[in-house]
Formats: sequence, structure tokens, C-alpha cells
Amino acid sequence: MIQDGLPPFERGKRQSGEAPARKLLEVRNLETKFYTVDGVVNALNGISYSVDRGECLAIVGESGSGKTVGVLSILRLIQSPPGRIVGGSIFFKETDLLTLADRALREIRGRAIAVIFQDPMTSLNPVMRIGAQITENLLAHERLTRRQARSRAADLLAMVGIPTPLQRLDDYPHQFSGGMRQRVMIAMALSCSPQLIIADEPTTALDVTIQAQIVELVKKLQAELGTAVIWISHDLGVVARLADRVAVMYAGYIVEQAPVDDLYARPAHPYTIGLLNSLPRLDARVKTKLQAIGGLPPNLLGDLRGCPFVPRCRFASDRCREQNPALAEVAPGHVVACWHDRLKH
Amino acid sequence: MSDESLVHVKDLKMHFPIRAGVLGRVVGAVKAVDGVTFDIIKGETLGLVGESGCGKTTAGRAILHLYRPTAGEVAFQGVDLAKETPESVRRSRRHMQMIFQDPYASLNPHMRVGEIIARPLRVHGLARNAREENDLVSELMRKVGLDASFRDRYPHEFSGGQRQRIGIARALATSPNFIVCDEPISALDVSIQAQIINLLEQLREDLGLTYLFIAHDLSMVRYISTRVGVMYLGKMMELTSSDELYENPLHPYTKALLSAIPIPDPALERQRQRILLEGELPSPADPPAGCRFSSRCPLAMDHCRIMEPQFREVAAGHWAACHLV
Repeated sequence: MIQDGLPPFERGKRQSGEAPARKLLEVRNLETKFYTVDGVVNALNGISYSVDRGECLAIVGESGSGKTVGVLSILRLIQSPPGRIVGGSIFFKETDLLTLADRALREIRGRAIAVIFQDPMTSLNPVMRIGAQITENLLAHERLTRRQARSRAADLLAMVGIPTPLQRLDDYPHQFSGGMRQRVMIAMALSCSPQLIIADEPTTALDVTIQAQIVELVKKLQAELGTAVIWISHDLGVVARLADRVAVMYAGYIVEQAPVDDLYARPAHPYTIGLLNSLPRLDARVKTKLQAIGGLPPNLLGDLRGCPFVPRCRFASDRCREQNPALAEVAPGHVVACWHDRLKH
Repeated sequence: MSDESLVHVKDLKMHFPIRAGVLGRVVGAVKAVDGVTFDIIKGETLGLVGESGCGKTTAGRAILHLYRPTAGEVAFQGVDLAKETPESVRRSRRHMQMIFQDPYASLNPHMRVGEIIARPLRVHGLARNAREENDLVSELMRKVGLDASFRDRYPHEFSGGQRQRIGIARALATSPNFIVCDEPISALDVSIQAQIINLLEQLREDLGLTYLFIAHDLSMVRYISTRVGVMYLGKMMELTSSDELYENPLHPYTKALLSAIPIPDPALERQRQRILLEGELPSPADPPAGCRFSSRCPLAMDHCRIMEPQFREVAAGHWAACHLV
């Protein structure tokens, strides 16, 4: 399963100072499996990507495509058992997070790399005041007195646009609305000035007007603070608004990766093309029938032969059924894993 | 009331009491739907959009008389159901059905798929014998794109999209002419949504159905609807044809809502201006005085906070409730 599109001699080799300093995170051949009673779930099948400083990478895919497992693996937050990272490397600057001692990893979690989880309703502790939840992270990572931490927490709430922040520090999560809770989550993520924020579908549970507020807030903070963002989403509209580059995942593989304009203008993988064609556009003047992708989302149980998209692909050939294509570059920075597309070039 | 109207809703109110204390005294009311008036024309798809808590789902349920409305009138084919006997309401239900949001929660996990689909047939006595029932179920499953040989399986053996097809087959069992679709695709994966939407469109054409399509995804609502109504805090803010609403929105809330929808086109997105609404949705138990939207409206004047605007026809077929239009 060759997935990273690098020439073979480069794979697996890594010397210090080899990577340019722009690179903040580099994931290579990451493989995560879940050992369940029903069998082995191949959640991640050797994915590779990198994030530059200050960049926003969007990871797009449906439920079960492995996008969440992919980012949780970065911080080794996969529950084990049943999950296990079985291969690959994750370099954050010069450190391999997969071989790092637990203690050292805790220094990175919440400080250099922060996560905003999907559901703001369940990821805050309901019996702990908002102020205490924000200062917990600050006190764990920085040398601050309680008083200093509290005033930092109020500043953070103000930064994410919560009115009268000092008073709200003493509120409980249930006193906040959904959008406000997501702002609290963002404030917590920003508390130790991370270099990378991982946002796992942060707007899925929110209404569109609140989603717009959150997206604009993240855009603004990213520009002001120079934080890199990995934005996980199934919403191709939000991604178009926010991302610099996009990786499309399917069945635990990255099947296409490209700069945002290139991906939307010249999608190359049949799955990406299908996703874009199945969406109605708000600005569409003529009604054209939606082109649905037929079939069902993939089953990740057991071994796979050939390309994972074959059962739903219009262009599938015998070769696709036999051999899974590796990623290959079709334009600068634009890679795609498809035999059919390769024939066109 | 126009003669082609299938459902006529007039000044519909649906309030839920708020009880407090040991005696459960009524201390207030959540005004989920607070006086909406509209018609659903035979053969059309009327889209109903708005943020969570705007009352769109409650409106849909009150129209089907799943709730007894607090005030106002819902006439189905010219008959006001509130004035009918329970037996006659039950018989009318045959002609109006519902497709639910969550295909995981709306199917009984202990029943086989064939039984789920046959249930409405039995309730309304539509099959003369077991054989006929069997044939009808097979026919319904085929209609929604399910293999009839799966009838003995249980819901958990199906994917989300297939379960939604089961829900659609159940809704079709009584050959209704009106179906309330309450967020039928929001729980489904993106690649599956288009399958279900295409199926609903196909069925509407083939069977001459009328839909009330409730959703928060405005792109999909534009796609499927003939006309669209925009609700905010229990009130209708704007109602007009789908194209008119998207190309010439009049109400400030509609404009803000439309500008918040991202379009999957990065070049276009960079040029688009957002109208960001300040703050959050007020509580429907204590809505702002005057216009409901005045607390978040970027154009609100003093007048708006005192006087509630009338929902009126500002141009042919284009209704809006705003002092500024």
C-alpha cells in the first residue's frame, strides 16, 4: 500500500535539518487499526500529509473515512484497546510524536498543538465553571498564579467575542448557547498560544449564522496569530471559504490533495468530482439534476484489494479492482490516487 | 384562499406552557409558532427554513395535527381539522404523512422492515389479506429503491440512506397526497443526500405529491422547493418563489441567512461579503418587543422595537414582514 507519492528511496528516511523550516507538521505513512470483535477495522491505511506554519489544511471526507482518527492519532488520543497506531511517523517540527515519552507528549498537547472538538455540548465539563476549565490548561502549562490565569482567561473570552467576560468566567456551560460554547472551546484551544490547532468539525452542530461567525473568527485569529489550522469537515462550502489546501479522504486513504483553488476548479479523483457534483449550489440559476454518488459508504472491515472507491466508481476498470493506485502528481502540489485519471495525462 | 390550495394555514399559534413549582403552575409559554399564515399549493414543494428554535418543525407537526394548535386554523383540502371528530382526523391522516429527520430513531429496532412498512396499511385497513399486504410492501420497497427480499431484516442491518428509504416507503404506504419532510437528509452523508433528494423529486413527479420540506440547508431548499418561507422565532419573515427569494431577498434576516451559506467555490468565496449577525437567537419564551428580529437586525430603527411589522404581500407573490420593505 504505497500512498505517499514520494519516490521509494525517499520513503522512511529522515535526517535532521532535511525538511525546510516552513514545515510544522509532517505525517508519513500513518496507519491506525482497530482490533474489534468483528475483525480488524482498517481506519487509516498509510496516509501522508504536511502542514506549513500559518497554513490552513482542510481534511474532507464522510463519516468513516478516517478523518477524525487521522488527527486524533497525531496526539495519540486513540483509545487503546481497541485502537492502535501500527505504522508511520508524525513529525512536529523535529520531534517524532509517535516515539515521544508520554510526559513529553503531554507538554505538547494543549500547548503547542490544541484541539477543538466537534460537539461543544459534550466536550465541556458540565459541573465545572467556564473559568476553571480555561485556567486548568493555563495552569498546567504555564507558570502563572491563579489570579494571572484568571485574567488571561477573561482576555481569551474577550478575544473570541464573548461579552462581559469577567462575569461569564463564573458561569457553567449550560448557561452558554451552542455558539458561545464553541467560542469557549476556541478560547481554551488558544490559551497557550499553540502553533497548530486541530479543529474537528467545529461548526457541524451549529446553525448557519453561528457557523459563519465561528468561521470568520477562526480566519481572523489565524491571520492575527499566525496559527496553523487543520480543519476537518464534510462541508465543501466552509472548506472553500477557509482552507489553503485540501486533502480528500475515502476509506482511510487520502485520495486527492491539492491547493484549494485547484481542487475545486480541476478535481481529478472520481470521488471528489462526485462530491462536488452532488451538491446543489446556492447561486445556481438553472436547476440541473443532482448527480448522486451511487452505492454505500465503504466498509473498513477486513482486507481490501484494489481501489477502495471501485464499487461506486463510474470509471472502474479491471486494473482498479486488482491494484490500489498510489498518489501521483498531476499538477504542482496536486496529487491524486486514480488509475483512470492517470491515463488522461 | 386560492382554489388550488391543498393546505391552508391561518394565524397558526402553537404555544407550549412552562410550568414551575410543586403545583406545576403555568408561569409562561414557549411561543414556538406565533401566528403564521400561508398556503401550500397542490403539487408544489414549499420549503420552510430557519435556524434551530425558529418553529419550523413545530409548524410542520401542528399542520399534521400531531399537536393541537393553541390558536388559528389549519385546513386540509378545505376541512378545518380542529373542528372534526377524532375519528375523522384519524381518517384524514391517511392523506398526509411525515418523513422524519433521524432514520436511526424513527424506525422501531424490534420490527422487521416489512412490518414497519405494512403498519400504516393495517392501521388504515388498506390491504384485504396477507397476500395483498405482501404485494403492496414489495411494491413500496421497489418504489424507493430497496430490494424487496430485504423485508425480513431489521433496521440496524441498513445504512443511514437505506433507512431513510424505509421511512419514505412507510410514508408512501397509505398513498398520501401531502408529505411533511422534516429535515430528511440532515443526518445523512453528503454523497447519500443527493440520492434521497433525487428519490423524493422522482416520487413527487410520479405520484403527484405535495411536500412541505423543512430544512436548514438553504442550498438544498433552493434546489428542491417551488416556494420558500423563512421563519424566525415563531414568525414567518418572508415567503416567495424559490428563485425570487435567492435573487431578490427583501428581509434583512433572509439576506443575512443567505450570506452565511458558503458556496463551494473558493474564488467566489473570497469576493463574497458576509453579513454577520450579532449575538444569538433570543429565547422564544421571551421574544423581543416589536419586530422579532430587531435585537439582531443591522438595520433596526427605534420604530422596529415598538411596532411589529405586518406580514404583507409587497410584490406579486412576494410576502415579507419588515418596516423597511
